[in-house]
Amino acid sequence: MKQQIELLMGNEAIGRGLIEAGCQIAAAYPGTPSTEILQAVIDHREQAAEPLHIEWSVNEKIAFEVALAASYTGKRSVAVMKQVGLNVAADPFMRTAYLGVKGGMLTIVADDPGPHSSQNEQDTRLFCLQARVPVLDPASPAEAKELVPQAFELSEKYEMNLVLRPTTRICHSRQNVERQKPLKLERGANFEKDPTRWAATPAFLPPLHRRLNANLEKIAREPGLQPRLTKGDGSRPRVALVASGIAYAHLVDLLDELNLNGRVDLFQVLMPYPLNPEFSARLRRDYSRVLVLEETYPVIELQLAHPGTVGKQGGAVPREGELTPDIIHRVLAEFLDLPAPPELPAQKRGQRPSLCPGCPHRAAFYSIRQCFPKGIFPSDIGCYTLGLNLGAVDTVHCMGACISQGVGFYQSYAQDGEFPTIVVTIGDSTFFHAGIPALINAVIQQARIIVVILDNATTAMTGGQPVPHLGLAADGRKTRAVAIEPLVRASGVDFLEICDPYDKPRLEQLLRQADSYIRSDRGGVAVLISRHGCIMDPAVRKAQPSWQVSIKESCVGCRRCVDAFECPALSMDSEQNIARVNPDRCIGCGTCIPVCPVDAIIREGEE
Amino acid sequence: MKQQIIVSGIGGQGVLFLTRVIAQAAVNRGLPVLTSETHGMAQRGGTVLSTIKVGNFASPLIRAGQADLGLLLWEENLSVHRALLKPEGRLYLNAASAGPGDRIDASAIARDLGNAVLANLVLLGLAVRQQALFCSVEECETAIRQLAPRKFVRQNLEAFHQGLNRNQ
Ligand code: SF4
Ligand code: SF4
Repeated sequence: MKQQIELLMGNEAIGRGLIEAGCQIAAAYPGTPSTEILQAVIDHREQAAEPLHIEWSVNEKIAFEVALAASYTGKRSVAVMKQVGLNVAADPFMRTAYLGVKGGMLTIVADDPGPHSSQNEQDTRLFCLQARVPVLDPASPAEAKELVPQAFELSEKYEMNLVLRPTTRICHSRQNVERQKPLKLERGANFEKDPTRWAATPAFLPPLHRRLNANLEKIAREPGLQPRLTKGDGSRPRVALVASGIAYAHLVDLLDELNLNGRVDLFQVLMPYPLNPEFSARLRRDYSRVLVLEETYPVIELQLAHPGTVGKQGGAVPREGELTPDIIHRVLAEFLDLPAPPELPAQKRGQRPSLCPGCPHRAAFYSIRQCFPKGIFPSDIGCYTLGLNLGAVDTVHCMGACISQGVGFYQSYAQDGEFPTIVVTIGDSTFFHAGIPALINAVIQQARIIVVILDNATTAMTGGQPVPHLGLAADGRKTRAVAIEPLVRASGVDFLEICDPYDKPRLEQLLRQADSYIRSDRGGVAVLISRHGCIMDPAVRKAQPSWQVSIKESCVGCRRCVDAFECPALSMDSEQNIARVNPDRCIGCGTCIPVCPVDAIIREGEE
Repeated sequence: MKQQIIVSGIGGQGVLFLTRVIAQAAVNRGLPVLTSETHGMAQRGGTVLSTIKVGNFASPLIRAGQADLGLLLWEENLSVHRALLKPEGRLYLNAASAGPGDRIDASAIARDLGNAVLANLVLLGLAVRQQALFCSVEECETAIRQLAPRKFVRQNLEAFHQGLNRNQ
């Protein structure tokens, strides 16, 4: 077959690599920057040479466990998640290091230095050091793709789970990448029972732990994964540059531009953990000064323990944020005694993101804020985090935390007597992911809180992956739908109402009813399902009326629609002191109409 | 051949599509290309930036003062992203008002075509007309045909041609 060059996003390249490597079970939970990996597997599934099961699992722990058992049968499998997803999957992940795998198993964990779209910038490589799991750190989309089959082979050779760790700049870069023919491995599922391993009790763990350590020693010396040296011309003796991941790529371009390519010894570390001890010894022997560039934590640096290291621990390399080419330039200039680059202008922030015009979450948040101006509003991870802009989100922590945080707030206030109305907002996908145990807990702890499930029937933030109550599998096939309402009722919630947030009077009436309920004698958790499809879904747009909305001269310029309601299609004309509708962005949802205190926003007939 | 390009706008303006068209034109010509894009939260109407590096590069990001060309779909981003351009770098903006760089009211033209998002290709047309990009008219047309959903190909090409031919 002739090789084809394609322009692929890093995530697509990895997804394509999974299919080419004969992966047969792929499970993921969406999260930026990892989401498009499984999406690419879905999009390319027709090209797989063998049967391929793909699932958007309910959370990362589940995705990991599904992939794990698949590997026990001898097939190749993968679990895909973002860095904080690995925290959710930590439990099975840690034990897998001891028990190992059979068929090749990869865990692909996308890190987000910066962070651009995450609640922290934790480094999966450090997590792997703690879990004792080998981790690969690609420097480009093409390299990420090449590492996939290699990682599967090593996973099988050592019967270990391996981690591939791309970062945002790999995931969301595009590059010309070569296509290969998908492998046909012809493996039938064959689970060989061995309770001393797959159900290892403490008695069996010390030998498994010993085996793990022995394997780490060996894999650290795997010839294909050794640090790659680009030799210098000797003009800068006893000085070395060591870099991994995208920082290596930035460094290569920079050396090129500064005419320093091939002048100084440069090592690319492909496998930051476990680092070959002989590499560390060699650096100590041959170099007095070593600059280490890596994202985000000093993982290579810690293992090198080189006395001449210039890196994050000493503070020469910034410890926080992305290592951008500009930052690397500054660090390199300092290290090699080059002229310092000009001071950068302070980074301006640009336009802040906001909920889309017509977003049903905006309507819900506005009503919540209106009803309970003194409320406490724990919220969660997803598009609806942007409820921040409407003052209707007070806390955002990690997937599913809002309900339990609501309980914590309630208990702390209630033991003093009076308690404010606590309105928790959680998206539908987040509810399934980690909200259900928290809801059960809230009920049995008799927390008097209002939980609003913002149900837009999709995982909107990451581009619309199906959610359990839609009854759609990852590849679009129909499956059993699991509805939210019976889950809520079965969790012991007695107050449950459903409402379209576009219907402002009804939503506000229900919110007030819920508040009376939680404060009544038999009160407990009240749940409202605020249900309206995500406006990014063209079918949703088509199905609802679109009005031509405009603003009358009677506008008094109070700014409520612009500031408190915050639809991006509305802005103030500061000269005339009047609000204006931007026709390019307005979708004619009409949810701003009841917001205006003087009824200046009007609809001009139905389309 | 080496060229470093930035495409700047806000989420929803078709920055990603424009990025892909330019990168695809490079691939079609057999040139190595790297892009970086903004995904996630910022796509909800926030400032987004793509970088495109055509030729032999290892990294997709562009350092301050290194971009040869800037395509700005959102004028307000000028203060945020201008520092990426070389002093002699060329700048094309979608803007109704006067100011630095070559300007065209691409949104208005796109609106006349029935879809404000097409401003991205109108702006591309302007830059190609002035031969600011490594690729030719035909190469852009081919890339647009490859990447646009079939039923929008004509409209997309029309937008591109408006940018190519329209008097500013
Ligand atoms: S109708 Fe109002 S709320 Fe809806 S998109 Fe237009 S301006 Fe925004
Ligand atoms: S349209 Fe209404 S809400 Fe908006 S600024 Fe004018 S008066 Fe205030």
